[in-house]
Amino acid sequence: MWINWLLPLDRKLVRDLWAIKGQALAIAVVIGCGIGMYVMSKGMLISLAETRSAYYERYRFADVVAPVKRAPNALLDEITALPGVRRAETRIRAGVILDVAGAAAPITGEIQSLPPFPLPHINDIVLHEGRYFDPQHEEEVLVLDAFAEAHKLEPGDHLHAILNGTKKRLTVTGIVLSPEYVYAISPGEIVPDKKRFGVLWMNRDAVANAFDLDGAFNEAVILTSAGTDEDALIQRLDSLLKRYGATGAYGRDQQISDQFLTNEINQLETIGRILPPIFLLVAAFLLNVVVGRLIDTEREQIGLLKAFGYSNGDVARHYLKMIGLITLLGVVIGILLGLWLGRGLANMYQDFFKFPFLLFRPPPDIYLVSIGFSLLVAGVGTASSVRRVMQLEPAIAMVPPPPPDYSRAARWLERLAPWVDQPSRMILRHIYRWPKRAAMTVLGIAMSMGLLIGASFSMDAMMYMVDVSFNVIDRQDVTVNFVEPRNKRAIQDVLHAPGVMTAEPFRAIPVVLRNGPYVRREAILGMEARPELSRIVDTELRPVPLPKHGLILSDKLAELLDIGTGDLLRVEVRTGRRPELDMVVSGIVKTYMGTTAYMHLDALNRMLKEDSAVSGAYLLVDPDQTDALYESLKNTPVVSGVSLQEQAQNAFYDTLQDSLGTFVFFNTLFAGLIAVGVVYNNARISLSERGRELASLRVLGLTRGEVSYILLGELALLTVLALPLGALLGFLLAALLVQSFDTELFRIPLVISDSTYGYAALVVVLAAIGSGLLVRRRIDHLDLIAVLKTRE
Amino acid sequence: MKNKDYPAFRAEGLTKVYGSGDTRVFALRGVDLEVPRGEMVVLLGPSGSGKSTLLNILGGLDSPTEGHVYFDHEELTAFDDRHLTQFRREHVGFVFQFYNLIPSLTARENVALVTEIASNPMEPEQALKLVGLEQRIHHFPAQLSGGEQQRVAIARAIAKQPNVLFCDEPTGALDSKTGIVVLEAIARVNRELNTTTMVITHNAGIADMANRVLHMADGQIQESRINEAPCEPSALSW
Ligand SMILES: Nc1ncnc2c1ncn2[C@@H]1O[C@H](COP(=O)(O)OP(=O)(O)OP(=O)(O)O)[C@@H](O)[C@H]1O
Ligand SMILES: [Mg+2]
Repeated sequence: MWINWLLPLDRKLVRDLWAIKGQALAIAVVIGCGIGMYVMSKGMLISLAETRSAYYERYRFADVVAPVKRAPNALLDEITALPGVRRAETRIRAGVILDVAGAAAPITGEIQSLPPFPLPHINDIVLHEGRYFDPQHEEEVLVLDAFAEAHKLEPGDHLHAILNGTKKRLTVTGIVLSPEYVYAISPGEIVPDKKRFGVLWMNRDAVANAFDLDGAFNEAVILTSAGTDEDALIQRLDSLLKRYGATGAYGRDQQISDQFLTNEINQLETIGRILPPIFLLVAAFLLNVVVGRLIDTEREQIGLLKAFGYSNGDVARHYLKMIGLITLLGVVIGILLGLWLGRGLANMYQDFFKFPFLLFRPPPDIYLVSIGFSLLVAGVGTASSVRRVMQLEPAIAMVPPPPPDYSRAARWLERLAPWVDQPSRMILRHIYRWPKRAAMTVLGIAMSMGLLIGASFSMDAMMYMVDVSFNVIDRQDVTVNFVEPRNKRAIQDVLHAPGVMTAEPFRAIPVVLRNGPYVRREAILGMEARPELSRIVDTELRPVPLPKHGLILSDKLAELLDIGTGDLLRVEVRTGRRPELDMVVSGIVKTYMGTTAYMHLDALNRMLKEDSAVSGAYLLVDPDQTDALYESLKNTPVVSGVSLQEQAQNAFYDTLQDSLGTFVFFNTLFAGLIAVGVVYNNARISLSERGRELASLRVLGLTRGEVSYILLGELALLTVLALPLGALLGFLLAALLVQSFDTELFRIPLVISDSTYGYAALVVVLAAIGSGLLVRRRIDHLDLIAVLKTRE
Repeated sequence: MKNKDYPAFRAEGLTKVYGSGDTRVFALRGVDLEVPRGEMVVLLGPSGSGKSTLLNILGGLDSPTEGHVYFDHEELTAFDDRHLTQFRREHVGFVFQFYNLIPSLTARENVALVTEIASNPMEPEQALKLVGLEQRIHHFPAQLSGGEQQRVAIARAIAKQPNVLFCDEPTGALDSKTGIVVLEAIARVNRELNTTTMVITHNAGIADMANRVLHMADGQIQESRINEAPCEPSALSW
């Protein structure tokens, strides 16, 4: 047998490991969870970041985009001549309403111009299927892959679009991907909805014709040279394009698809930074407890080895090997688990982010870091136990330990409860005799419960956020955007559309906000003083009326601008007469999404020196007449965009379920495994420490049930004690995560539902019961005779 | 129905085999035995001769590979684990070489542990008094000497007023003086409670206190000798 080839001490190692295989596996799994989490999130992070940069580079994703109202094509030379511009191109991009067979509601979309051929140099497209359009055929278009997929559009199919007020029948010739729409999301929405946002590419001349932009463009896209000061370039562009109705050039950081992508990458990074260390901490903790107690039970053997002449180093090395093997097993489990989950996650992202390719190829240093980290964790976790092994004097170790002294056990406790029977007394005294051990067990169980809560609360928080956003803040059914700002009287027309019960006007204008060094390109939303549909609310969710003067800022915007109530903010309007003025911040409100500034609609129009113009309306719709309304909106030339709350909310829930749900599921799985690992280990060690005592009781005539009670009753008591502490730890972890998920796009509220606490507690209790049953099986098979033959 | 003349224990053709194939060990090779009620039996024999194995089987801790054991009129070897537990609980007291007290319970509580689940127990204090430990009832095992711990173990074994008391080398870990104190306690229980008692020892001297002395060798009972005039433990010496 192979085992005969080993040195005796190594044979002991193999047999000892085999004897504690369940526990060793449980510890390895906990380490594996931490490593798996790390490999998964880090691997995903690197893959995503690398795929993104490869994609952007290959298809030359614009560094800066400069939208204007209308500028002559000849201006391109001047743009190209600006310092820092490597290459520039012009194009036409506009909002459209799409009507696809089988979709009742009108769909918001965008149309972009493409040169006849060759393809654009900047923001190139990936032709995925079909062919490029024929410049001779004005009605031919290319369609964004995600949208085509959602509506089962194929080359040769037709769809309708309202282009600048004229409904046209278009023919699909090709399906494309674009670096601009990796995350295909309609402006103003928070989650992508493949069905509800479409992008079309059309021959430049055809688009120019449709939008009366012959010989003109409405957007310049720019690649910068290396080392360009982007802010300076943006300023130059803005002043060059000011005359042409520039709303403000922006870099990639403000490009909506890239913004979401960055957000996702940052979240992965955060998770990768916070959760794996916590998992590994729990693993270190577990190792500490298990190895410490294991070594206690092997005290005499250690003394014996030393007495035979094994050096302290030999003996310590023996235990270090054991720890090292368990750790390596954990690393292997972790890497395999991480790769497997990473692949799964990559598939999920592939569906979510439209890349022409997405590789899950974690770089090799991840593995080295994993191994290094785990060994570090193992070292920290077991240093004190190994030191104890070194210090143990052989003479002392070999004297059988006297029976543990319980004489100082909690007499006061028992006076409080004189009725407790002997077995319960044994439980209480055991806990009281080793309070540190009991505390460690409680802490270990509590930590696993905390991880469970931290891993799954984000679903609660998101649900809360959605609920507040859709039911407290934005209560409209439909939002309609006009092609151009229209007189407020247009609201009357909207009210006459079928099914519309209430309509509230709003006006959104592009602005640049400045406070000292802080600059933000934002929109100001002008609304009625006390809107009933789309409202502004404070932290207590009470509606905040809009003051006659001044701006109300979203809390995140105020934070980004470093400004408070009462301060003056520089507002540069980027539309109409483009006034620039200082406005007072008259209030700050709670928002969970975006970074908007709000104003009274009348004050906004006064500022613009325009007569009560509105850019759209929020509608409340009779549910029985939605189809009629949709039909009418599809044929309303003045409408450039329609968003439907219900669909948006559903899209949000679906996205949550698909993405966050998967993620939460994996996290919960990890945390659940840890809970089992902690509880099972504790039960097993207790059994090995007290097996003799329990066997003696069996000999005395106690039944299996009665004997199990002494061991499992203690475990149950400690588990129950751990539950409130676990809830607290979970809350703290959630608070930490909430802070790090605070971005421009989203803020997650610290909301943990009772059911999440309950669920975490349930998992822990089930883990405890499961471990209890496993241990109970061993209690049932205690060898009564072996116990009597041997001394302690 | 308890018949005065019916033996407390009867064993027929007990065989115990450990392991299989090359590593097979015959711990018992066909043991037949009758132990009359109320007798004090001492079991002698060299190490490995099967004494503990026999005792464990009689006490319901282990089951033979072949053969039958009867306690009163019931066949122990037909019992399942639950019934064996019940049997130990009601009828059997054990005393071991290494005491096996529960360290987290005091002397009194160690005894109470058993009296709580027995059907006709004596008071724990009374049991401890029988072994001369009435002064130490609230001490934990860690606060007692080896002999005192062993006497607590005896008190624990007899507190339920068992029909039989099994002692496997009860003095093995003790010096002779302490050993005699422990044996006195056992003899007193046997006498006053009429408990059938079986004591394993390596100490031939102890055999003088028995009614019956069994000699085991190589898994068999080599000799069964009746001692017409058992002496008091205090008269023993080794
Ligand atoms: N679990 C076991 N597996 C294999 N063999 C065993 C086992 N238990 C006991 N034996 C063997 O059975 C035989 C009888 O053992 P037993 O313990 O009954 O002896 P004993 O007479 O009590 O000896 P001692 O005086 O040393 O206690 C021995 O040869 C022993 O090696
Ligand atoms: Mg023996």
